[in-house]
Amino acid sequence: MSAAPAYNEDKGGSAGPGEPEYGHDPASGGIFSSDYKRHDDLKAMLDTNKDSLKLEAMKRIVAMIARGKNASDLFPAVVKNVACKNIEVKKLVYVYLVRYAEEQQDLALLSISTFQRGLKDPNQLIRASALRVLSSIRVPIIVPIMMLAIKEAASDMSPYVRKTAAHAIPKLYSLDSDQKDQLIEVIEKLLADKTTLVAGSVVMAFEEVCPERIDLIHKNYRKLCNLLIDVEEWGQVVIISMLTRYARTQFLSPTQNESLLEENSEKAFYGSEEDEAKGPGSEEAASTALPTRKPYVMDPDHRLLLRNTKPLLQSRSAAVVMAVAQLYFHLAPKAEVGVIAKALVRLLRSHSEVQYVVLQNVATMSIKRRVSTGPRPALVVQQGMFEPYLKSFYIRSTDPTQIKILKLEVLTNLANETNIPTVLREFQTYIRSMDKDFVAATIQAIGRCATNIGRVRDTCLNGLVQLLSNRDELVVAESVVVIKKLLQMQPAQHGEIIKHLAKLTDNIQVPMARASILWLIGEYCEHVPRIAPDVLRKMAKSFTAEEDIVKLQVINLAAKLYLTNSKQTKLLTQYVLSLAKYDQNYDIRDRARFTRQLIVPSEQGGALSRHAKKLFLAPKPAPVLESSFKDRDHFQLGSLSHLLNAKATGYQELPDWPEEAPDPSVRNVEVPEWTKCSNREKRKEKEKPFYSDSEGESGPTESADSDPESESESESKSSSESGSGESSSESDNEDQEEDEEKGRSSESEQSEEEGKKKKMKKRKKVPEGQEGGSSSDEGSDSSSSSSESEMTSETEEEQVEPASWRKKTPPSSKSAPAAKEVSLLDLEDFTPPSVQPVSPPTVVSTSLAADLEGLTLTDSPLVPSLLSPVSGAGRQELLHRVAGEGLAVDYTFSRQPFSGDPHMVSVHIHFSNSSDTPIKGLHVGTPKLPPGISIQEFPEIESLAPGESTTVVMGINFCDSTQAANFQLCTQTRQFYVSIQPPVGELMAPVFLSENEFKKEQAKLTGMNEITEKLTLPDTCRSDHIVVQKVTATANLGRVPCGTSDEYRFAGRTLTSGSLVLLTLDARPTGAAQLTVNSEKMVIGTMLVKDVVQALTQ
Amino acid sequence: MSRGEARGRVPGWGGGHSGRRGRGRRRPCCHGDAGLSICRGFQTEKDSLHSLTVSTMIHSLFLINSSGDIFLEKHWKSVVSRSVCDYFFEAQERATEAENVPPVIPTPHHYLLSVYRHKIFFVAVIQTEVPPLFVIEFLHRVVDTFQDYFGVCSEPVIKDNVVVVYEVLEEMLDNGFPLATESNILKELIKPPTILRTVVNTITGSTNVGDQLPTGQLSVVPWRRTGVKYTNNEAYFDVIEEIDAIIDKSGSTITAEIQGVIDACVKLTGMPDLTLSFMNPRLLDDVSFHPCVRFKRWESERILSFIPPDGNFRLLSYHVSAQNLVAIPVYVKHNISFRDSSSLGRFEITVGPKQTMGKTIEGVTVTSQLPRGVLNMSLVPSQGAHTFDPVTKMLSWDVGKINPQKLPSLKGTMSLQAGASKPDENPTINLQFKIQQLAISGLKVNRLDMYGEKYKPFKGIKYMTKAGKFQVRT
Repeated sequence: MSAAPAYNEDKGGSAGPGEPEYGHDPASGGIFSSDYKRHDDLKAMLDTNKDSLKLEAMKRIVAMIARGKNASDLFPAVVKNVACKNIEVKKLVYVYLVRYAEEQQDLALLSISTFQRGLKDPNQLIRASALRVLSSIRVPIIVPIMMLAIKEAASDMSPYVRKTAAHAIPKLYSLDSDQKDQLIEVIEKLLADKTTLVAGSVVMAFEEVCPERIDLIHKNYRKLCNLLIDVEEWGQVVIISMLTRYARTQFLSPTQNESLLEENSEKAFYGSEEDEAKGPGSEEAASTALPTRKPYVMDPDHRLLLRNTKPLLQSRSAAVVMAVAQLYFHLAPKAEVGVIAKALVRLLRSHSEVQYVVLQNVATMSIKRRVSTGPRPALVVQQGMFEPYLKSFYIRSTDPTQIKILKLEVLTNLANETNIPTVLREFQTYIRSMDKDFVAATIQAIGRCATNIGRVRDTCLNGLVQLLSNRDELVVAESVVVIKKLLQMQPAQHGEIIKHLAKLTDNIQVPMARASILWLIGEYCEHVPRIAPDVLRKMAKSFTAEEDIVKLQVINLAAKLYLTNSKQTKLLTQYVLSLAKYDQNYDIRDRARFTRQLIVPSEQGGALSRHAKKLFLAPKPAPVLESSFKDRDHFQLGSLSHLLNAKATGYQELPDWPEEAPDPSVRNVEVPEWTKCSNREKRKEKEKPFYSDSEGESGPTESADSDPESESESESKSSSESGSGESSSESDNEDQEEDEEKGRSSESEQSEEEGKKKKMKKRKKVPEGQEGGSSSDEGSDSSSSSSESEMTSETEEEQVEPASWRKKTPPSSKSAPAAKEVSLLDLEDFTPPSVQPVSPPTVVSTSLAADLEGLTLTDSPLVPSLLSPVSGAGRQELLHRVAGEGLAVDYTFSRQPFSGDPHMVSVHIHFSNSSDTPIKGLHVGTPKLPPGISIQEFPEIESLAPGESTTVVMGINFCDSTQAANFQLCTQTRQFYVSIQPPVGELMAPVFLSENEFKKEQAKLTGMNEITEKLTLPDTCRSDHIVVQKVTATANLGRVPCGTSDEYRFAGRTLTSGSLVLLTLDARPTGAAQLTVNSEKMVIGTMLVKDVVQALTQ
Repeated sequence: MSRGEARGRVPGWGGGHSGRRGRGRRRPCCHGDAGLSICRGFQTEKDSLHSLTVSTMIHSLFLINSSGDIFLEKHWKSVVSRSVCDYFFEAQERATEAENVPPVIPTPHHYLLSVYRHKIFFVAVIQTEVPPLFVIEFLHRVVDTFQDYFGVCSEPVIKDNVVVVYEVLEEMLDNGFPLATESNILKELIKPPTILRTVVNTITGSTNVGDQLPTGQLSVVPWRRTGVKYTNNEAYFDVIEEIDAIIDKSGSTITAEIQGVIDACVKLTGMPDLTLSFMNPRLLDDVSFHPCVRFKRWESERILSFIPPDGNFRLLSYHVSAQNLVAIPVYVKHNISFRDSSSLGRFEITVGPKQTMGKTIEGVTVTSQLPRGVLNMSLVPSQGAHTFDPVTKMLSWDVGKINPQKLPSLKGTMSLQAGASKPDENPTINLQFKIQQLAISGLKVNRLDMYGEKYKPFKGIKYMTKAGKFQVRT
């Protein structure tokens, strides 16, 4: 609606008075008289301060662009508004910039700084859109800036920004291909990305920039296969076609053995012809390959690909279905290709354009490959694949002609001895169609059926002869052409038909048909000795009026008759040749001269003329009527090149199968187990509620149905391990909490014992009740109560390690002096090294530190640098007991890594029931979370008795921001809206760096990333101990050892993105101090400085 | 061997296509593809060295109406001159009917891929190898999006909303590669225009662009918005089956299959997790799902489990194969004859119910394309109204309901061109009909359950059988 005036003014030049848009600007009314002034007006509008006017102007400009009108003279006026606050004006300016920046490069540079600023914006969508526009304005000068921006965005914490980075790669590449090497690095990095959002885009970038670098895929192959089903549709198509190519280079042909067998048997059948068709090379290859061939075993990775793509045949997107179909066609063993038929037939219900493409591909796939030799045995397709769907290809009178013709092609390909009667009956209907192009194609199709299936040849021929009396000349002509071809196969029996055809020369005018008849008569003139000279006589008469192709055949006929029946036709021939000699067309003149020399014995008595009869009347092999789709399978199916039957620009040949399979171990991922697990967890965390069933599936079932898949099996096992491991740690966490509670209530030595007993009991209980539980579908209970005990049981059953590990740990817990045994005890349950056998020291120590936090506050000498004291925030109220009707809820930031997801802040929630009725069914209700923030709910508390209290852990991913996580606490009867806002110091976890590392990292984070603040330390706060305590209380940072005495260093990483946060406090003995924070996250840095200064100065 | 041949056939930059280019000079525009020369401008030498693929999936999009005007163009990379469309016009001219324009047209430097919908050609310009279905599917998605946004997708509507159209296209493709194609996300980015909003926008000067940046891209469920709220929570499902059939002259079925879809309109608060089960899922021979459906669950239990998108969407389409016997609910008796001698032909059709499971057949329409030789028809229907267009030779008869007691019929004569010989072919009869409350395949939904949310939704299911491509040969 809004753009309507732009059109109106264009059409009539006068804006209607009723147009409300002009209401607010009376001056604009008269300006539309000419283009000129209108642009002036637009400029004026763009220069105003009113956003509404700017917007109006931009809308009109965009409308101009849309119609292809030139609006480039407005560039200076528009580019000024790139920094406009109004988001829609901004968007439209972006549209304009992308369109015209290339033409006005100097002016376009003015806008760059805005985008550079946008790249640093805390909002991921603004960062993404800045990158999008920056990379879309094709100005070569900014290549370095783009390169930098892409590199930075590729390691952005937001997957959406990373996706945009992937999109930007081909843009930069097409602008400056010298950047290729650097871009490949970025691609390599992004290929390792685990998010489905990025996968499709980066593979697309890979395909455009470095499709030859197949080695980059190895490490990511299995991941891509596994992610595939969750990638968006467009990404799926790109990934599948890339993987097709990959598989062709990495695996052995699954049809090797079969095709060899067939080749041999067919050789027996077809004999020498076959060998001729095949090059000597290939035969050699076959014969040498045969004895050395090992029994074929499919690579498990090959199987993985086939298995993971198969469900996509059910996609609603035709492009995805086609992509999978071509993958199966090119990669699957013969016996399995058949599964694609059903899906392809389904696509025939789709839009006619889709039908067109699909039918083209089906036509190629359905070709009868009578000769299955050649260098591409993989293309030998299960022939009967589409036969059950024969009727789906029947033609309706309402189909567009191009679809009809393609269906006809498929029907012809599918016709065989058994179904030919039905097919022919169907063809009979088509012949009477009103669409004459289609009728012509049908006649051709009948001809092909007749040649392919000997049994029906006579029937077809008779039918075609009947068509010769058709009223439509096109039909007749087409029939003649086809009949000619058929007759060539067995000329002797069909003298009658030739006579019949000869009569047609009087009437039929279509040149091709006339030429065909003439050729037939000439070729078989001995079968019609009386008619032939007469035909020649008639043709000689009309020679000059004939088309070229007919003339050539007249000459041909004359020559042949001269050789066989020179008595009658000598003069006629001479006459024709003299006419031809002066023809306008030089082909005909040439032919006449050449023929004359050949047949008329000259004075020299040339040697040639003696053999003229042999030359002209040599027996000619019958033509083979072949589908036009015969050779299309050289192209990858589903490709544009295949559709056009010509190589399109940028088409990549589908490589041949390798003779020897390259080393499959390149696909093994060497990443230490624990990272894999955490990825798994992360993914699970994210998608569990929705894909949990598929998750479950990827574990046990896969390994069950797969045969010798050592590789994927181990992987899936590890995944299930990790899954159960995770949940075990979760549930253990649970225990810990309970124990902690216990510990608090009775601060005695006993508690330890009790806690242990309790745990023992629990463990014992578990296996009994959970026999069936572990087999039940995970998906069904994913919603809330993924019963912890069930998980524990699984752990017990499947893993021996944890147990052994548990045995080992108690000593370690004892070694720590027990102030609060509870937390020590928890240690064993808490860290899950069984799942993470190679977990690096930092992880362990973090959790260790976190665990020890309770004890160490007082005895600080114990490795002070490793310790982070209790959260500065302490207990905070989440729900007051009055508001909560007796339910009081507090929370603390425990600073322990959240076991489910390392990116989550773990929050301990303490419930206490101060009412006099039990509170039942405590759980988290629908969270309303800001973008990016996610929470891991705690398991439902079934009941909380009056006076009792309990503690649970929940994880919150704050996405490195201090936005509050709002959610509902629900009891059976009530819902309470609560929110947790983290202090900035809780968004990080300590890391342990050496002094040198610290300095190195700090040196990288200078400039904008450094925030410095001067302060004066109060007297109370001058001792080492207190300073360290205060800082670590404010922020969850780890101390870094430091050479000088009055400098304190702390280091941490933000939880979500893992960016470093480095804090340096330089304290003079006088009390003057300088606080420096270095962090990529400027917002976090700023806030952290504020908090620490406050803590120190108070 | 033959591969080498294929390579030989490759059209170079212009070479091998000279014939076509020559013919293409119908319109006196520059044929050098200005756009291309721009984009090659600053990399001329490198080009020859690297054989660089200046590639992107979709370069440009042109919207062309049936009279051959380009009324919208959008470029995602360097501008491709609109003269490239001349090749398209040429093909359009050659094809007698719009639907016969080939979907893929090669030109010397570009390939034109087009779809034809709502009397508009959507022509995408691409430069390098790309799966054609990828582009075609995308173009259809564009049309669907427009339809979703504006209710209808027609030339005037697109012209009226050109700015929104432009913004939507901008979001849908980045550098020619699809970016945001889920309508839920798009609608968060760019709000569809409504009359109310247009009025408000004009007064307040506010915009269609969402102030709130969307969360969809980042949510775990890309097809569903977060924070959906309704006062009435409802979930309606329509099981619609279409019968595609070809009926023989004698009334026997040549081929018949059932194509079904389940369209849903789900307006539920929060993140509901639905499961839908069938009484007889074995009937479904081949299915394709909305991405929200959990495939593994279907594989193992034959249950549809999904978190629905918000609003209208197609949950599932399925196919009941030709192998199963398909009940044909109607029959057509026809007697259409031309006589060689006379200039009059007889035309008589009767429609009657066959296997309808006791339901009434409604909305019956009969259409038929008569041979060119027919000049006019004088017919009398026993019910409903009929029209015959002497120009297109299209007969259409709006029958309405079939009353089994009194079968509707259409009888009369055709007047043929005097002296012309009788047409070869009898016309085929296309049939449209509807049967409410019946899924002809016998498919039945067992139950619908909701998890993840606490409220009780209204649930509804409706069955309908329609004629798809239902043709009777005479």
